[in-house]
Amino acid sequence: MVTEAGTTTERRGYFGAYGGQYASELLIDVLNAIETAFLEACRDPGFQSRLRDLLQHYVGRPTPIYRAGRLSERLGIALYLKREDLAHTGAHKINNALGQVLLAERMGRRRIIAETGAGMHGVATATAAAMLGLECIVYMGSEDIRRQNANVQRMRLLGAEVRAVDTGSKTLKDAINEAMRDWAANVDTTFYVFGTVAGPHPFPLMVREFQSVIGREARLQMLEMAGSLPSHVVACVGGGSNAMGIFVGFLEDASVRLIGVEAGGHGLATGEHAATLVAGTVGVLHGARTYVLQTLDGQIRETHSISAGLDYPGVGPEHSALKDSGRAHYVTVTDQEALEAFQTLARFEGILPALEPSHALAWILREASSLKESCVLMNLSGRGDKDMPTVLRALGME
Amino acid sequence: MVATIADTFRRAAQARRTALIPYVTVGFPELNCTPGLIATLAAYGADLIELGVPFSDPTADGPVIQHSGQVALRAGVTLEHCLAAAAASRKLTDVPLVLMGYYNPFLQFGWDRLMSRAAAAGVVGFIVPDLPPEEGVEFSEQAAAKGLDVVFMAAPTSSDQRLNLVGRKSRGFVYCVTVKGVTGQRRELSPELPAFLARVRCFTKLPLAAGFGISSAGHVQEVGRYVDGAVVGSALMAALDGTTGDVTLEVAASFIGELSKGAVRSDPLGAS
Repeated sequence: MVTEAGTTTERRGYFGAYGGQYASELLIDVLNAIETAFLEACRDPGFQSRLRDLLQHYVGRPTPIYRAGRLSERLGIALYLKREDLAHTGAHKINNALGQVLLAERMGRRRIIAETGAGMHGVATATAAAMLGLECIVYMGSEDIRRQNANVQRMRLLGAEVRAVDTGSKTLKDAINEAMRDWAANVDTTFYVFGTVAGPHPFPLMVREFQSVIGREARLQMLEMAGSLPSHVVACVGGGSNAMGIFVGFLEDASVRLIGVEAGGHGLATGEHAATLVAGTVGVLHGARTYVLQTLDGQIRETHSISAGLDYPGVGPEHSALKDSGRAHYVTVTDQEALEAFQTLARFEGILPALEPSHALAWILREASSLKESCVLMNLSGRGDKDMPTVLRALGME
Repeated sequence: MVATIADTFRRAAQARRTALIPYVTVGFPELNCTPGLIATLAAYGADLIELGVPFSDPTADGPVIQHSGQVALRAGVTLEHCLAAAAASRKLTDVPLVLMGYYNPFLQFGWDRLMSRAAAAGVVGFIVPDLPPEEGVEFSEQAAAKGLDVVFMAAPTSSDQRLNLVGRKSRGFVYCVTVKGVTGQRRELSPELPAFLARVRCFTKLPLAAGFGISSAGHVQEVGRYVDGAVVGSALMAALDGTTGDVTLEVAASFIGELSKGAVRSDPLGAS
C-alpha cells in the first residue's frame, strides 16, 4: 500500500524545492530513526495487515462517500462528500495518529507527545495511545483550549494529559514549538506524533502516506458510485493533511482539478487570516522550507481563523510544490462564508460539519454557478460537534 | 582588526584559559543597550560574544531566552537592528562577534546583503540552531565567500557518523550541546558529558565550546577540563532581566567577572 519514499522527490526529504529537515541537531538522529522505521514498516506485511485491520474494525474504514442529493439539486452540480467525519473520533486525524502510534510502539517508545489545534489530532492520538496502553501528553495553545473545550475534556477522559501553551499566539504554532522542546528534552523515550503533512522530514512523507487511504478509497468509490472520476476534488488546507490525503488519490489523473481552500479569516485585506499559500512567501518554519505567513524581517506572523484547525502560518511542503507546479489550486473563503456553509450543510443534508471542511464547502457554494454540471468530490474531514459553542456564539444563538 | 574565531581560541589557550562566550539577545533588556553591553562584557572577560537575533518561534530555547527574544521583538528589534548594533559596538571594542539566530530571518534578509553587512560589523561567524550541515550547504558557502565561519552543533544524541559530518563542516569551532533539551540554567551538568565531549573530540581538530545549561563559574571550570570554550546564555539573560541603563552594564560586568574565575585552567590540558 505504500509508495517507496524517494519516488516523490528528487532530493531526500524534499518535494521539489520544499521540505527538508531544518531541525535542531538533537533531533536529527531520531528523525532519521523514524524514517528508517517507517520505511521498514511500509515493507512489513505484518505491520501493514495490523494497520489495515485496525483501520477497518477500529476506525470504521472505508468511510463512505455520500451523494449530497438536496444540495446537488440546489446547486446544479453533483456533489459527493467523503465522510471522514464518520471515522472513529470524528475526523480523518485518526488515520495518521493510529499509523504513527503503531510505529512508536514498534520502535519501543512508550511516551507519546502531540500538538493539537482544533483538538482532533489530540483526541485521535490520545485514542490510539489508550488503545495501545501508551502514555500520552498533548500540547495545546490556551486560546485553542478555550475555543475547543469539548475536545480537551475528551482527551482527559481518554487518559491523556493536556498541557496548555501560553506563548506567542497561544494556538497551534506555539503548541508545535512546545512539543518540539519537550521532544528535545525526552528524545530517548518519546515519539512525537506530528499531526499534519508539515514539519521536518520524514513527517510530511509519513503523514501523507497514512492519510493517503482517503484518496485511494475515494477514487475507487467515485468510479463505482458516480461511474467516473470527479471533475474537482476540494478540501480545506491548514497544515494540509486531509487535503493531501485525498489529493494523492487523484494526482495522476490530469483531468481532475485539485482545489485547496485556506482560511481567509476576516478577509485577506485585513491581514487577519491564515491563507499561507495564497498570501504567504517562501520561508522556513517548523523544520521545513515552505510557504509561510511572515513579516519582511522573517518573523512568523500571528494568524486568525474561526477554525482552530486552519489557524496556522505554515503549510505542508508538498502543497507548496503543488501550488508552484500548478497541479493544485489554492483559494480562500472567509470566516463568514464558512459559517454560512456550516448551516447550509446542516439544513440541506442533516450533517453538522466541522468548521474546517465548512471552508471547502463554502468555496463550492460560492463557485457553484461556474461549476454547473461538474462532479465535485469534497473531503468532509471532520464533524462539527466540537465547534458548537463557536458557531452558536457567532450566530447569536447562545 | 577583529580576531578570527581560530585566533581567539588560540589566545585563550595560550593564556591557559577556557574561552568565555557570553550570549546576549540583541535589544535586551533595553532596545539600545547592546553596543555598550558588548563592550562591557569584552572589558571584563569575554573572549567572543554570541549576539542573539530574536525570533518569533525559538524552538531550541527555554523560557529565559524565549522571554528575552519576546521583549526585544516587542521593542522592534529586527536583523537590521542587530547588524547596526554590532557595527555600533566597533567604536567601543574589537571583540569578535558571532550571530546566533534561527534560519528564517537570515534567509529573508538575503545572502549577499547579510554576509557583507555582517563582515563589515565585526561578525566573524554564525550559529544557526535549526540548520544542520545537510541543509546549510549554501549558507556555509555564502558565509565562506565573505570569510565568515559557520559553526554547526554536535548533540549528545548525534551518532558518530553525524559527529564526523558536523566536525568536517563546522568552521571556527564546534558547538557542543551539553544537555538533551532546550537552553536554560541547570543546577548540575550531565554525568554523561565527559564521554560525549571526548566522542566529539575524536572527529575534529577544531576547538570545542560547550553550551546549554552552563550557568556558573563552577560549571565553566568543570567543562573547561574537556573543552576550549564555554557559552553562557540563559544565566546572563536572567541576571539582566529588568535592569536598565548603567545597572545593566554593572550587572553584566560583575556576572562575567565572576564567570572568569572559572575560566582559569588549573589542570594540564588534554587538548590544545
